[in-house]
Amino acid sequence: MTLDLKVDGQSEDRAETYAQGILGTPEDRPDGHAKVSGAATYAADDLPEGCVFGMLVRAPGHGGVTVLNEDEVRGTAGVLAVIRDPRMIRNAAQGTANAAPVQGVDQADYIGQPVALVVAETAEAAQHAAQSLRLRTDGEAGPVNPDDVEAEGEPDTMGDLDAAMADAAHALDVVYTTPSMTSAPMEPHAAVAWWEGDRLTVRSALQMLKYNRNELADSLGIDPEHVRLLAPFVGGGFGSKLGISADAVAAAIAAQELGRPVRVVQHRRQVFETVTRRSETRQRIRLAADDRGRLTGIGHESLVSNLPDEAFSEPVSQATYFAYAGAHRVIGERLARLNRPASGSVRAPGEAVGVTTFECAMDELASEVGIDPVELRLRNIPDKDPHSGLPFSSHTLARSLNEGAARFGWADRPSSPRARREGEWWIGTGMAAAFRVNMMLEAEARITLTPDGAVVETDMTDIGTGTYAILTQIAGEALGLPVDRVDVRLGDTTYPPGSGSGGSFGAATTGNAVWLAAQEIRQAIAQRMNCAESDLTLKDGTAICGNTSRAVVELLDGASLEGHGHVTGGKAFQDVRQSTFGAHFAEVAVSDVTGEVRVRRMHGTFGAGRILNEKTARSQCHGGMTWGIGMALTENMVHDRRDGHIVNRDFAEYHMAVNADVPPLDVHFLDERDPWAGPLQAKGIGELGICGAGAAVINAIHHACGVRVRDLPATPDRVLAGLE
Amino acid sequence: MKFSFTVNRRSRSLDLDPRVSLLDALRDHLGLTGTKKGCDHGQCGACTVLVNGRRINSCLSLAVAHEGDEVTTVEGLSNGTLSPLQAAFVEHDGFQCGFCTPGQLCSATGMLGEIEAGWPSHISASLDGEYELSQDELSERMSGNLCRCSCYPGINAAIRQAAETERDT
Repeated sequence: MTLDLKVDGQSEDRAETYAQGILGTPEDRPDGHAKVSGAATYAADDLPEGCVFGMLVRAPGHGGVTVLNEDEVRGTAGVLAVIRDPRMIRNAAQGTANAAPVQGVDQADYIGQPVALVVAETAEAAQHAAQSLRLRTDGEAGPVNPDDVEAEGEPDTMGDLDAAMADAAHALDVVYTTPSMTSAPMEPHAAVAWWEGDRLTVRSALQMLKYNRNELADSLGIDPEHVRLLAPFVGGGFGSKLGISADAVAAAIAAQELGRPVRVVQHRRQVFETVTRRSETRQRIRLAADDRGRLTGIGHESLVSNLPDEAFSEPVSQATYFAYAGAHRVIGERLARLNRPASGSVRAPGEAVGVTTFECAMDELASEVGIDPVELRLRNIPDKDPHSGLPFSSHTLARSLNEGAARFGWADRPSSPRARREGEWWIGTGMAAAFRVNMMLEAEARITLTPDGAVVETDMTDIGTGTYAILTQIAGEALGLPVDRVDVRLGDTTYPPGSGSGGSFGAATTGNAVWLAAQEIRQAIAQRMNCAESDLTLKDGTAICGNTSRAVVELLDGASLEGHGHVTGGKAFQDVRQSTFGAHFAEVAVSDVTGEVRVRRMHGTFGAGRILNEKTARSQCHGGMTWGIGMALTENMVHDRRDGHIVNRDFAEYHMAVNADVPPLDVHFLDERDPWAGPLQAKGIGELGICGAGAAVINAIHHACGVRVRDLPATPDRVLAGLE
Repeated sequence: MKFSFTVNRRSRSLDLDPRVSLLDALRDHLGLTGTKKGCDHGQCGACTVLVNGRRINSCLSLAVAHEGDEVTTVEGLSNGTLSPLQAAFVEHDGFQCGFCTPGQLCSATGMLGEIEAGWPSHISASLDGEYELSQDELSERMSGNLCRCSCYPGINAAIRQAAETERDT
């Protein structure tokens, strides 16, 4: 049997009445021991008997590809094959694509496209051979700069923004830019593939196995039923592992051709090119406000880019639609088709860059109107989604702003810039609101309750997000078991299909599937107790109904019980606007001599419904806030203006925030439940922390030294240019 | 090329292609896959191991150059039960995906030894003297180990707790 739920309306908070008391508590990760002892096995960690080694080879230019010395390389000691198969993929598939991306090795659409795989007996021989393969490309670079093409798309328009701007007491019309950025999970994309007859197994670094299986099968032209994917541990994803990547397809092809297991690990420099980047953006933001700072008009028009034939377009303004009131609107994106490496989802696609710049513009408007930036937000909170007219499922922006401001000590802030100085350093504070749409996909999960405890199975992944921990807590809470009697098994397509990890929907979607599976078992236990399920209490392995109390082990009588849950997001995600909200606050120091910016402290208050594990949720927010520091100050993927290639494709040249860049981060969660978000009443938290975090830093720079940086990141040269 | 060294207190003899890095020797030839390859360029720190007690990026070192050396990897940090540092990482959530964690742990172990031995860092006020494990010193000395999940608050709290445990025992 399966307990099915399409989430069409509000759910009752059953968890509140349960007795185990482990839902939401800061439990340690059950996978922690394996991760700190080196026992956790990631994609490239398990070498099957007889495994050989493949290395991808990148296109050095655009156009038709010719290999000049294939026979010579094939004859090199240890080399087994030089594979150029039309099924190899151009770039990683987009999230939830569920089908092969563009394929082929004869035409290079961007510099760095994988166009061959060299396989050898040893990793060293493969690497040497891959470097020895000489390739010629015969094409001119196509358009590589956003200004060189006619972009696709028209913005959505409501009312008359031009008139609103003309009539406004305060009008702001500014352009912000953000560069391409990379997800850069610490684990490079990798796959180990082997065949048993016509059955393929691939260990890989992936976020969404049920989609990835179809993408791989479609790439190879085989039945998805013949493909098994394994990803029990994934070394970060941030969007880059949403879709099947070039290593997995190439490894499967090579393993079939050679009749041996093949491992393909992408070199870090290849990861920068072959998996999807966050698109660069140019954003024109217009704000029209009355004399008290109430918005009458909002314009948010963006130019983004992607390769031809990619379905993804960075949804820069998806939160702008519902963030603030204002009747007259022009909102939307235009997409330039460029021969740069493909763009796709990177942590909080849309809001990460869109909320950040919009919140910078709001800070400019606050200065213009002459009111406090927190107050400006409070004055513009809409009572319903201004675009669709739908009610909000819950709205915690005002609470986030007020509680966050109090915890940060915002009230002590001097109202004008350049008011605090310590030696060469200007000190200032800034804030920003946070928004992130809340989604639910579809997931299934199975729980088997035996005398030893519960085993939870789903092909869901834990990419660092804490899935092992929260699913343990959800099952344990519903079944009345302590965490050490719940065993969560993930990352194997032989298990029921979960949602996969992405878009902050993983915890709520797959979590509710586990919850439903547990409900089915609760019903069976209640039946054996001769009571209604609603009268059943389960705690520490004991079932209690009225005056009757029995050990669950006794009720099982040596056998097991199975529950199967299936959840789908329904009308509750169409008839009301669901979002998470928050407020970021930052204090920075800006050197008057060098223009260097140091973040001194940050605070974030977040509302995301029920928090399932206070410890792992906090870590997620730390991650998002730190990405905000990187976005504000250092992260900048540079494309060569002549041919679009990525100039700085390694960690020495692409600067992510390191330990010394990250100050103490303070995170506060609002105590909230959202009944529209499903039975757990929990919303996603994995991406909210990055949305707007960088704006708090950029706005703090202005407050510190009076410099508005509108081209991110705020590197010392850009800050210094404003200081002089 | 043949060579012998000690890995996690056990003598090992290997006959390897001289191009094999210490990292690949550990992972692909000794099955010690706890040590991770994040960049193969010495830029991320995921491959950090201890060689004769000092932390190095094992991807930047050829295996055959380690004749007679004593190498400790993440697998060698514990003897069945977790070390205080490993346990503190779990308690303070000093990781999310866990991929950089073995490198963070080996690096932190080496770093605490360096503080103990009176080695200055880039930000130390003077070149000799005793150094406190201040927030700034700790962050500076651990900045060669990238964590894209950005668990720095947890990592720092864990290292601090382990250092205090060490000092108290």
